[in-house]
Amino acid sequence: MKAVSATAASLTLNIDGQDLSCRAGETILEVARENGIAIPTLCWLEGLSLWGGCRLCLVEIAGSPKLHAACATVCTEGLHVTTNSPRLTHYRRMIVEMLLSERNHVCSVCVSNGHCELQSLAQKLGVDHVSLPYRFPKLTVDNSHDLFRMDHNRCILCTRCVRVCAEVEGAHTKDVKGRGILAAIIQDLDQPWGDSKTCTNCGKCVNICPTGALTHRGTAVGEMVKKQEFLPYLTLMRGCGK
Amino acid sequence: MSTTPAKPKLATVWLDGCSGCHMSLLDLDERLLILAEKVEVVYSPAVDPKEFPEGVDITLIEGAVSSEEDRHKAQLIRARSRLVVSLGDCAVTANVPGMRNYFEKDELFQRAYVENADAPAAGEARRARLPVLGVPALCPRATPVHEVIPVDLFVPGCPPSAEAIWLVLTELLAGRMPQVAELTRFGA
Repeated sequence: MKAVSATAASLTLNIDGQDLSCRAGETILEVARENGIAIPTLCWLEGLSLWGGCRLCLVEIAGSPKLHAACATVCTEGLHVTTNSPRLTHYRRMIVEMLLSERNHVCSVCVSNGHCELQSLAQKLGVDHVSLPYRFPKLTVDNSHDLFRMDHNRCILCTRCVRVCAEVEGAHTKDVKGRGILAAIIQDLDQPWGDSKTCTNCGKCVNICPTGALTHRGTAVGEMVKKQEFLPYLTLMRGCGK
Repeated sequence: MSTTPAKPKLATVWLDGCSGCHMSLLDLDERLLILAEKVEVVYSPAVDPKEFPEGVDITLIEGAVSSEEDRHKAQLIRARSRLVVSLGDCAVTANVPGMRNYFEKDELFQRAYVENADAPAAGEARRARLPVLGVPALCPRATPVHEVIPVDLFVPGCPPSAEAIWLVLTELLAGRMPQVAELTRFGA
């Protein structure tokens, strides 16, 4: 248990039976993480603006019949929070099942197999099958960029890529078009990525993506292109005169 | 005639999959001998009987349901098995066989049997034609087994490891429901 500071800016609350203190303005998720209490997330990332879209961080608050997104709920004095219960596990599994059924996440043939947050979350939550019928939508792969690839089959619309591009790189190349199941990540005015005038090729979007939706090119079978421009200069590079 | 009590009956079935899950089963190696002592394998690609028998205790299904024959087999298996296990990602999610589901059946046939057919020799009529005789009708979609019949246990993985399969079999034979989440996952 943390000592409660007497300053006006500090609050006390209880998470999973632990009495904790926090600074005013902190969210339930921030306080939980500071105290080693694991709450699953997919869209939330420290340092990016709040999205609150994935709903995996839903928690129970005593006295409220609703579930609350821990990432988007600012702590108030005396809050009593439960981060794990059969009800929450039920909804979190359902969310993962909906994500898996909405697009084509074929883990066995994904370049991110074994390095995917959605895949490991499914395992952690005990999702061993999807009880909803799979939609099997026909989606595109944008292969137009020299360095990167966007596979819409594997996108969960967490918008981490949109936010890191706009808020950290300052390019705002990416955004979201459409609504509901028709929503999709776009570049500029819905142009092929390779035609984008604003993309700086920084690759932050690729490395922040939780799934195999955004990947480096050259990672699929037969794609490795050797960079051999230096071969004619080997002699010079060795410092030999002739 | 033997007076020893009958062994539990085990069946394994190969629907629309690559047989990798059965290869993983064979990866039990010497444990196959222990298994052979514990169960009677009454139906499997590895044994001879052609008709799925009555009164099976445990049936492991590899593969998605892709054809009318698969669908018929799945229903027969359900009616004749006490426990049905979806073994591997094709049975659990439709996996790679399900990747044809983004296309209409006609598009698939056109691509597989017409566009990709060998070019006809000079003066010869085009030989490409759709197979119709002796092949079961393809379902409009390849589906996970549990979209066709109730399934008692799901073992994801492409393929599930021999360790996961061993845990499943030994636990089921001991009368318990195995917890496989730590040993396997989608795409494993």
